[in-house]
Amino acid sequence: MMHDKTIMELAAGLQAREFSSVELTQHFLDRIGAVDGDLNSFITITPELALEEARAADARIAAGEAGPMTGIPIAHKDIYCTSGVKTSCGSRMLDGFTAPYDAHVVSKLRDAGAVMLGKTNMDEFAMGSTNESSFYGPVKNPWDRDRVPGGSSGGSAAAVAARLCAAATGTDTGGSIRQPASHCGITGLKPTYGRVSRYGMIAYASSLDQGGPMAKTAEDAAILLQVMAGFDQRDSTCSETPVPDYSASLNDSIEGLKIGLPGEYFDAGLDDGVRKSVEEAVELYKSLGAEVREISLPSTGLAVASYYVVAPAECSSNLSRYDGVRFGHRCEHPKDLEDLYKRSRSEGFGAEVKRRIMIGTYVLSAGYYDAFYLKAQKIRHLISDDFRKAFTEVDVIMGPASPTTAVALGEMADDPVSMYLSDVYTVMTNMAGLPGISIPVAPVAGLPVGLQITGNYFDEARLLNIAHRFQQNSDWHKKMPEGV
Amino acid sequence: MSFDQSDVEKIAHLARLAVPDEEAKKLSGDLSRILDLVAQMEQVDTSAVEPMAHPLHMTQRLREDRVTEENQRELYQSIAPATENGLYLVPKVIE
Repeated sequence: MMHDKTIMELAAGLQAREFSSVELTQHFLDRIGAVDGDLNSFITITPELALEEARAADARIAAGEAGPMTGIPIAHKDIYCTSGVKTSCGSRMLDGFTAPYDAHVVSKLRDAGAVMLGKTNMDEFAMGSTNESSFYGPVKNPWDRDRVPGGSSGGSAAAVAARLCAAATGTDTGGSIRQPASHCGITGLKPTYGRVSRYGMIAYASSLDQGGPMAKTAEDAAILLQVMAGFDQRDSTCSETPVPDYSASLNDSIEGLKIGLPGEYFDAGLDDGVRKSVEEAVELYKSLGAEVREISLPSTGLAVASYYVVAPAECSSNLSRYDGVRFGHRCEHPKDLEDLYKRSRSEGFGAEVKRRIMIGTYVLSAGYYDAFYLKAQKIRHLISDDFRKAFTEVDVIMGPASPTTAVALGEMADDPVSMYLSDVYTVMTNMAGLPGISIPVAPVAGLPVGLQITGNYFDEARLLNIAHRFQQNSDWHKKMPEGV
Repeated sequence: MSFDQSDVEKIAHLARLAVPDEEAKKLSGDLSRILDLVAQMEQVDTSAVEPMAHPLHMTQRLREDRVTEENQRELYQSIAPATENGLYLVPKVIE
């Protein structure tokens, strides 16, 4: 089946003229039409644009000018601006918003010949861990439609898992690539802070946000990251560190690799089934020649508390731009300027976004800055020091991406604090700015489980190599949900 | 930490959000619980720790001081709710 092939296999099929990009694109569009009415992983589908891009890709292939992404149908998280196509960020605030320009990631992938099928559903403004805060309704987990796909890049994760696109883009501020990848049984990589340009990627928390690839395999994630990564002067936080060839080192030996297991990631809060799956995965690494040692990240217990100061504070600042004046939702018949601001914002934002704006406004308000934001920035230093110390002893750190498998729809909808607490293993990485990947390991009761591998700064090539070696020796990444 | 309805009103005004009375009660409960979670930060003494503003301790890159952006006013205003003669329209501010 075409939709079950990896990017590598699809590129080979396109090159060999087994099928055209137009045929491949139509096949994915047909699948979206058949399956997504229930799954709800897309907010916008762009069939005409996709077929036009597919025809251009076929011409490029015919002319012998194709790269590995040429003619490959993908989807973009609806947080990336797409010129001429609605960019909603999962919010009523931007329901009528058509971006005037393309995000860097979007234009890079288009230049590489990728075909955009549409824009994927997400938690509103990327704030959420279940995808239930979307204005467009929750996404269902393709493995069990009574469960959430994770969030915030839940639409991208569900679409890749259900084989509605070959791969997708995501963003990760506190786990929003790795956690839905874990819950949907796909491979998701959050690169080092600054590795991928954020130009045209709608801001949530600017000291944490980072875009990355979501794919079936590490091999595919490497191809996508190759296109996405690199310096862009339009993002002042984008790194000038050279981009290595991510595919070249995929097959490197991992003999002697030193893996650290933080005791704090395997404490009482971890589901027993998830623990067992993660431990089995670590055993497989041992059989491939890796050495395992116990390490400690003592600040883990403070990560969620400090994250839920830093992220809301930055969100309250970033989202102040939505004022009903320049773009986005505007209320009807404002009686004065203050009424315009307040009603436009209150009508445009959903409950979770308002909660975070309120918390952020509070912690940044006069007299509280030192007790909250400054304190959180200090704890961030402690978290970063924990990792720095760990990386003098080990090469990578492994653990679960999430304490449980996907929760039932509605289970956390009215309880923000328990949803926040479930982010414990992923927010650490963002607070330190490190890269991390989640890959599928043995499921628990039919639900996917992700192994999270965290690496040192700019060590994406090694993470992809380690993930690829696992996937060469297991087939969890090849499993596809039934009924899609 | 408890966050009462008058705190909610004050913060909502600073954030330019309108919170109807029926929502204020639930919101004050949610915010109180979130701040209880945040209070875990007090467990650790950070008096000798420097705050971390950037994960890689990078400073802002500077560029040459010259005009690089083109004027795209028409394009950017084409998505605005209300404009006239190149200006954004808002309710009257000065009588």
